[in-house]
Amino acid sequence: MNLDVLAGCFASASCAVTQVSTGLIVGMLLFLVASGLSLIFGVLGVVNFAHGAFYMLGAYFAFLCFERTGSFVAALVAGAVGAGIVGVLFERFFMSKVYGRDLLMQLLVCYAAILIFDDLVKILFGAEYKLMGMPESFATAPVEIAGGFIPSYYIFMLGMSLGIGLLLWLGINRTRLGKVIRALAINPQMVGALGINTRLLYAGVFGLGCALAGTAGALAAPVRSLTPGMGLSVLIESFIVTVIGGMGSIPGALAAALLIGLTRAFGAIGFPLFVDGLMFALMGLVLILRPTGLFGARAA
Amino acid sequence: MTRHTQAGPAATLGRRTLLGAAAAGAAMLARPHVAGAQAKVIRVGMPTILSGRVAILGTSSRTAVQYAFSRINEAGGLGGRSLELVERDSKGRPDEAAKVTRDLINNDGCELIIDGEASSGGFAVHEVIRDLPVLCIHTNSETSSLTADPKLHVKTAFRCARQGIHDAVAGGVYASAISKQRGLKRWMTCSPDYAYGRDNTAEFLEFIKKFDPSIEVVDQVWPRLFAPDYTENITKALQVRPQAMYSALWGGDLVSFIEQSNLYRIFGNITLFSSSLGDPPVLTAIKQLPPGLHTAYRYNRNYPDKPSNTAFADGFASLAKHEPTNWAWQNYVAAQFIAEALKRTNGRTEGAALAAELKGMALDSPLAVGDKLTLRDTDHTLIGYPTAWGRTVPKAPFVEGFVPVEWSQVLEMEAEWKQRKGYA
Repeated sequence: MNLDVLAGCFASASCAVTQVSTGLIVGMLLFLVASGLSLIFGVLGVVNFAHGAFYMLGAYFAFLCFERTGSFVAALVAGAVGAGIVGVLFERFFMSKVYGRDLLMQLLVCYAAILIFDDLVKILFGAEYKLMGMPESFATAPVEIAGGFIPSYYIFMLGMSLGIGLLLWLGINRTRLGKVIRALAINPQMVGALGINTRLLYAGVFGLGCALAGTAGALAAPVRSLTPGMGLSVLIESFIVTVIGGMGSIPGALAAALLIGLTRAFGAIGFPLFVDGLMFALMGLVLILRPTGLFGARAA
Repeated sequence: MTRHTQAGPAATLGRRTLLGAAAAGAAMLARPHVAGAQAKVIRVGMPTILSGRVAILGTSSRTAVQYAFSRINEAGGLGGRSLELVERDSKGRPDEAAKVTRDLINNDGCELIIDGEASSGGFAVHEVIRDLPVLCIHTNSETSSLTADPKLHVKTAFRCARQGIHDAVAGGVYASAISKQRGLKRWMTCSPDYAYGRDNTAEFLEFIKKFDPSIEVVDQVWPRLFAPDYTENITKALQVRPQAMYSALWGGDLVSFIEQSNLYRIFGNITLFSSSLGDPPVLTAIKQLPPGLHTAYRYNRNYPDKPSNTAFADGFASLAKHEPTNWAWQNYVAAQFIAEALKRTNGRTEGAALAAELKGMALDSPLAVGDKLTLRDTDHTLIGYPTAWGRTVPKAPFVEGFVPVEWSQVLEMEAEWKQRKGYA
């Protein structure tokens, strides 16, 4: 435990800026993955244990597109759309068969999907590590703010994640479609009775959730190595974020992701041997004080 | 009360005969499958990791053995018998590695085992072999105690892989020379938080401090294995401002760490020493490989500078479609040792007979630093392989300027280490 060093970091503008930016970077990418997970749970009531696989697919779709076109924008779109389409197909052909079934059955379907997607990626792309590479426009020196350094790509990543989060919130809370989706989460029978195609909506929401994970994968592809099975590494942290934020809550996912990011960034300074432990301790604390999570709906 | 009088084979068996037959059957099931011993094909089993994040470990190991076997078979085989590889995926799980090893021997008719597991699985396979009269060569475990600890010794088990203690001595010698030359006093480490990462880092620090006692370790960070993001560790380094950093990160984790560090331009101010950067899949995956990073040898087609090494690299790459890995050369060499041992036993595959031939066997090899690689008789482990360190360059061959460390010095330090550990 290095509390003196931690206090020194808070007192130093350069250290504080660097570590806060670190927390935001870690947190916002986590938010993209966790918001998809939360959206799917909030509307469909299922826990998508295969969510990490869509993060992986997004990264590989982006990698493939960037290799072919050299366009980073196209790669981002390919990552999001590709993961979204696979998500819709997965929902239609597999997940929809186990709605309302035993949790164990849903878990088995998702686990099977993880194994299949991992093997498909290995067959198509090989087992070796891959990296998309940094787009030329971001291959610049880090930006200096108050003596702290933030890489320009990370500034872009933060902006993108924040923008997507904002669009998602506006879409769900300020549009007619969002209203229908919220109604679907509360009373699907009533939505169906009004002549709205609920199956299409379920598939769409599931696809959107997967597209968010795919976007996170595409944004991570320039700086994180791509390997079959890479989705597992973000899945556990995403679950922690979802639990802390409250299952099904998008604002909760944002708050929890930022909390986790900042905890990790400053934990690395003050508690270097307990960084992962801090995350779980935080989750435990939230569950004790507020079992439904920070933004979770309280049971009636 | 009626007595069973049904006709059929069971009815004709007496109790003693039945018990005898059952005992014989159980004995057949309990002992290794030997039906293949006289077969034309010698089946060699390989438990390894063929799926998941480190699948390249297993796939390159498999390809290397297949390449070696195909060359041996094309050259007429061994006394008319050919070699066939039977591989099984352990998924990186020690319990599965032990299970598939038993299956390979008992059910698949494999007469020898090439253990292509990483350390955790390797120890599990080692214990399976302890109970069976089958030869096993471990090809990927670098944990020193596997062969250094006499309590773990298995008469028919060998290690044909680089070893942590050898690399630690070589790394200590090399890095201390540079630290003295360039005045690198403040060191930091960034290694994965599990047994290999911690042991490897501790051994490196032990030897660099031995050769340059003036260095100071100002911080150590331990990201978890397979962590997706290292930003918090990198920005920690920005705060601590060490002059040099040692890292035992490997594989995809190391690729991510280097690329994320590049964003902060930290290698302009911090001299990196890496145990695993020299592996070709890592080097080729990194898009912006900074020049001047120091790395231990893992594999390089230009070192050792021999035509046979280049031929091996070309032959392997034609099958795998990528450069050989550290694991690839280790498995290729293991296949060569097996072939030589089988030649000397005239095709006999009993574990004891093969082990007797392998003890102390010296073999001409493309990977030998001198003329030959040796499976040391005292502890059944490989010596004479490249332990050099070199520096990165942005384009192929990615690592140049290899500085060899004399094996006599490595062996001397290893002997002292064994005494300290109570292994000798």
